Amino acid sequence: MNHWFKSGKPWIWLTAGAVSISLIAVIGLLLMIAWRGLSFFWPAPIHEMEVQTPAGATTVLIGERYETEEIPVSRLNESGVFLEDYDSPVLQRYLIKVGNREYVPLDFTWVLEPSIVSDTTPKDLAVIERSKDGNFYGYPVDVLENGESVLSSQSNLREVLFERIERAVEFNEQAMDLQNDEISTINYQIEQLRLERRRLQLEGKLTAAEQDRIESEQAQLRADYMEIEKELFALRDQASRDAVVMRDMRGEEVTLPMYRVLDVTFPNDMNIFQKWGHFFVQVAKFVSEDPREANTEGGVFPAIFGTVFMVLLMSVLVTPFGVIAAVYLHEYAGKNIVTRVIRIAVINLAGVPSIVYGVFGLGFFVYMVGGTLDQIFYPESLPTPTFGTPGVLWSAITLAILTLPVVIVSTEEGLSRIPSTLREGSLALGATKAETIWRIILPMASPAIMTGLILAVARAAGEVAPLMLVGVVKSAPMLPVDGNFPYLHVDRKFMHLGFHIYDVGFQSPNVEAARPLVYATSFLLVTVIVGLNLTAIGVRNHLREKYRSLEH
Amino acid sequence: MTTNTKQSQLAANRGRLFKDRATRWGVTFGGGMVLIALLLIFFYLLYVVEPIFRSVDVDKQYEFDIPGGGSTLAMGVEEQSEIGYRFNDLGELIFFATEASERLNRNIGDVLLSEMVTDSAPTAFAQTAPQNNRYALAHSQGLVTVVQPKFRVSFPNDLRTIMPVVDIISGSEPLQVDQGGQAIRKLAYDYDGESMLFAAVTDDNRFIVNKFVGSENFMTGAVELKANFTEVEFNGTVDELEVTPDLRQVFARRGNRVYVFDVAIDGSVSESQLLNVNAKELGNVTTMELLAGASSLVLGHDSGAISQWFQVPSDSGRQYEYIRKFQAAKAAITEIVVEYYRRTFYAIDANGELGVFHTTSEANLYQERPADIAAERAVIDPRANSLMVQANNKMHFYDLDNEHPEVSWSGIWQEVWYEGYPEPTYTWQSTSGSDDFEPKFSLVPISFGTIKAAAYAMLVAVPLGLAAAVYTAYFMSPSVRKVVKPTVELMEALPTVILGFLAGLWLAPVIEQYLPGIVSVLILIPLTIILLAFISTKLPQRIRQQLTDGRAALILLPFILFVGWASFAASPLVEQLLFDGNVRGFITNELGVTFDQRNSIVVGVAMGFAVIPTIFSIAEDAVFSVPKHLSNGSLALGATTWQTLTKVVLLTASPGIFSAVMMGLGRAVGETMIVLMATGNTPIMDWNIFEGMRTLSANIAVEMPESEVGGTHYRILFLAAFVLFIFTFMFNTVAELVRQRLREKYSSM
Repeated sequence: MNHWFKSGKPWIWLTAGAVSISLIAVIGLLLMIAWRGLSFFWPAPIHEMEVQTPAGATTVLIGERYETEEIPVSRLNESGVFLEDYDSPVLQRYLIKVGNREYVPLDFTWVLEPSIVSDTTPKDLAVIERSKDGNFYGYPVDVLENGESVLSSQSNLREVLFERIERAVEFNEQAMDLQNDEISTINYQIEQLRLERRRLQLEGKLTAAEQDRIESEQAQLRADYMEIEKELFALRDQASRDAVVMRDMRGEEVTLPMYRVLDVTFPNDMNIFQKWGHFFVQVAKFVSEDPREANTEGGVFPAIFGTVFMVLLMSVLVTPFGVIAAVYLHEYAGKNIVTRVIRIAVINLAGVPSIVYGVFGLGFFVYMVGGTLDQIFYPESLPTPTFGTPGVLWSAITLAILTLPVVIVSTEEGLSRIPSTLREGSLALGATKAETIWRIILPMASPAIMTGLILAVARAAGEVAPLMLVGVVKSAPMLPVDGNFPYLHVDRKFMHLGFHIYDVGFQSPNVEAARPLVYATSFLLVTVIVGLNLTAIGVRNHLREKYRSLEH
Repeated sequence: MTTNTKQSQLAANRGRLFKDRATRWGVTFGGGMVLIALLLIFFYLLYVVEPIFRSVDVDKQYEFDIPGGGSTLAMGVEEQSEIGYRFNDLGELIFFATEASERLNRNIGDVLLSEMVTDSAPTAFAQTAPQNNRYALAHSQGLVTVVQPKFRVSFPNDLRTIMPVVDIISGSEPLQVDQGGQAIRKLAYDYDGESMLFAAVTDDNRFIVNKFVGSENFMTGAVELKANFTEVEFNGTVDELEVTPDLRQVFARRGNRVYVFDVAIDGSVSESQLLNVNAKELGNVTTMELLAGASSLVLGHDSGAISQWFQVPSDSGRQYEYIRKFQAAKAAITEIVVEYYRRTFYAIDANGELGVFHTTSEANLYQERPADIAAERAVIDPRANSLMVQANNKMHFYDLDNEHPEVSWSGIWQEVWYEGYPEPTYTWQSTSGSDDFEPKFSLVPISFGTIKAAAYAMLVAVPLGLAAAVYTAYFMSPSVRKVVKPTVELMEALPTVILGFLAGLWLAPVIEQYLPGIVSVLILIPLTIILLAFISTKLPQRIRQQLTDGRAALILLPFILFVGWASFAASPLVEQLLFDGNVRGFITNELGVTFDQRNSIVVGVAMGFAVIPTIFSIAEDAVFSVPKHLSNGSLALGATTWQTLTKVVLLTASPGIFSAVMMGLGRAVGETMIVLMATGNTPIMDWNIFEGMRTLSANIAVEMPESEVGGTHYRILFLAAFVLFIFTFMFNTVAELVRQRLREKYSSM
């Protein structure tokens, strides 16, 4: 035995165990995020349970089974709950999401497994997705138009219901479009006129004629606004015509206005194909819709858009600098102390904590550079800052510095793989060094540059700490791109997937309800980042193979 | 070839050469940009941090003859430093301009308004805490007039105009403070927005306290004052009196003894403490003042020392205690002037020297004769931007630059005795709801938190990362390695916000619930591995050939998964058997250790997870690139693989492994999101594994958005960022230098 230990075999296996644990950790983590993130979209069955209360009476609960947990009975006893005729030391309890937030005190409730008398999943149970107050669970009973029932018979209830919901959703969308397009454009123009007036005033050029012009334009815009507002109210009136009557778990009938209803589903009455269909519809909604209810429901479209926009802006900034620095280090730099210092600088830029970049970006870019820009170019809107406040441009620049080493390291690796014979050949044929690099080296290194850029994008997409200081907000009412001149508004604040996770998971008023959404967002972000990384690895491996064949 | 084409070719070549040269310069500049970026970050952080260590600048502006006659009882400057005022011993309040203005036709020193507050020369005079800005003048028969210099600000034509106003608070009838009707010799006074408290010594040497309780009349809205008069027994003569602005305490000084009296809501007075000043050590007391916030009493001594006293919890309730002293001057202290909101005070000594000090930071900010005058009295404005000094029948006006007195190097890194604390501590508490709050900027607890978090993370990451790296580089078969290496490195790409979220919302409750499971995993998994290794040697030859060391990692996967699952599944049972079903209760009650749900284990695991790939990747490269002929030589000489690994390969790769650990440490120190989400973010100093911490990085993320730009808090947070920068700069530079050296060594082998 002693001899066996001396042979080192157990230690070898222990190191192997470390690899196994690391692998389990990575793969397990990815699987867990995928499972939890995707199951959010799967139509969960709705249970109708009869539950015994401690007093002996039974109540009915309708809702989704949200979580299952095992707890020791002794801990229950400590909190004053005693169960009779139960002798196993542990028992299961379920967290049930009962929804109906405005009618019940708590929209989540714990149920102990032994206290469930009966548990069924009736086919008629519906879940109604609403724009306010979260989901509603119950039985649809009637559909009303101006307070009158429109059902000819119970059998066509679902049909009528779907039809009416579609109509209401249609009107809501039209109203939304009006608000987001026309009304926001008018508001923007009115604001621009105000700024123009202020600018003229500051420059001392505000003549009576100018003032009249601005005032008449403002009056015109206000008149337009009144028109659109009328249209908007008409749409809203039409949308609020219908209502649906539901019977909830208390057995009471409640009338829900149709204009708040977004969708109705009968998950207990779905076959597997319908479930898959519903799943994909939910996924599509998630990536394309705006968040609702303080980000705890709805989609994450603005966050996706903000992340992509910021990352693109960053790529534009980081690529040239990263490539030039790499070319310098690999093609021009001599073997001297300066090169060594620059290499150390690159490593340090990669190693400086991201929050330090955030602090630097906030102080230097936002307050110093941005503040100066405001004083020079936007004196009319002061004291409201334009660039002197966190925004998407500053975030992109800050992250560009942060990801610079990624591009440099990757590009340099690509450059070092290009056989020197190619350089020598080009030089021997009379090309200058610049021409060699531009015509021969860089095109060959372009996949490596691409790899670096992809890795930089992956890093930037997942970085949150610096962005919290230089431009991310929990809810940005306006996207950084819209239909108003100059179309790109790089001074605006933006939403970011990573920050969305932090914000919804830790700062939201209802963490329990928001948790599946956080998992879904995490899954989205992880998919993007892992995908980008795998692409980068693929490109790199392909490149290695290519140059290996070139060398021989 | 004709000359013409030759020339055009030459021109073209010149163009190409020019382009070549331009590219060279451009690219070199671009390469230098990296260095510039790093230096820019370094110097910008330094530039923001630097002002907090500056001392006070006192800049003389001008001087003028003292406006109005008589000798000065008290003086003051209005908020914008445009108008000053003084009370003289004739009972007159005189306002004068301290800033010239053509528009208002004011010259510096012009008397703007002068009003007699009392009919006769006051017998005693008192002023409130500076932010209350009220003055009490005692005249005949125990009567006191209370007055407030006010400033009316208006904006005719968008231009600020400030006009002085005299507001007699006590109305047309002075207040009868001494009900015995005697003249008052010494007076102290303050008010809390409603009630007023007077402490006085009369001509016949009675010590009286009178509290006027204000109550609003519902009908008229007028405030009616009801006097609560008390005569306090006191032996000897009172030299000096002070009243706290919360009207709860009166200080009476007799020589080197300070008597503290408590005043109840109804105005009844009881002696609570006697402070005996050690005159031998500190010198005889010459003057007494309350600091801003009124928690601290400062005493000036004839030795030039100033001592600070405040209440400290003790067995007999909160008692005043001697805290610290400042050697403020060489001669006796004649006057102490306190600031409105900060713990800064200004001292004048008998030689006319001025000193500026801050109590929290124990900073000696300034100590000299400003512009070589002998100061007699001094006053500062509410914003602490200007200083007015009376000297030799002249008023001297100074610009004061004292932005960040509350920070000093020792205050940040050493224990400080904060007001109301039982002993000196390291505390980080940057903000509070109240104005009287003393900010506590000690970076020690959050630096400690950073080190604690990094230490626990390294405890997880170093063994796992290094072992995995060694195995992958040295034992693993190439085909498996090709898959495993990128998979582990993929961990590095995972956003830390996701790790943090999982750590905080999933891992923390799991660890809390399955604590016995965690412990058994730690024990059982290594045991299982060793057991399996042993079993593998006892298997028949045919199977053993399949079970090579190179495949051990894959073979172990299902076993480790099973043992892990089994440990967790059995956890509730173990808990039931050993800890009566409540481990948490056991830890808190039996072991007496605080247990937080978001504790160091969670951080260690989550951040360890984030650091593993960094360590793994660099260490793996280092081990893998050890020249093969070294290990082959060792094997050929008869060493076993393990001997070769420990004695040859690891030794050769040790600098690379060292740099991997340094890089991992750098990453752990700077990580923000995981600690932000997975700890409670409480700045405590305790190695307890069941408690959380607050790190430098999380502290910046939490507090930066709410700090005022350019304020002390803002700059301190920049200092925190600078400290982080330096930390990681050191780790990374050392690691990179070691790696560069190693690379050279390998290339020569």
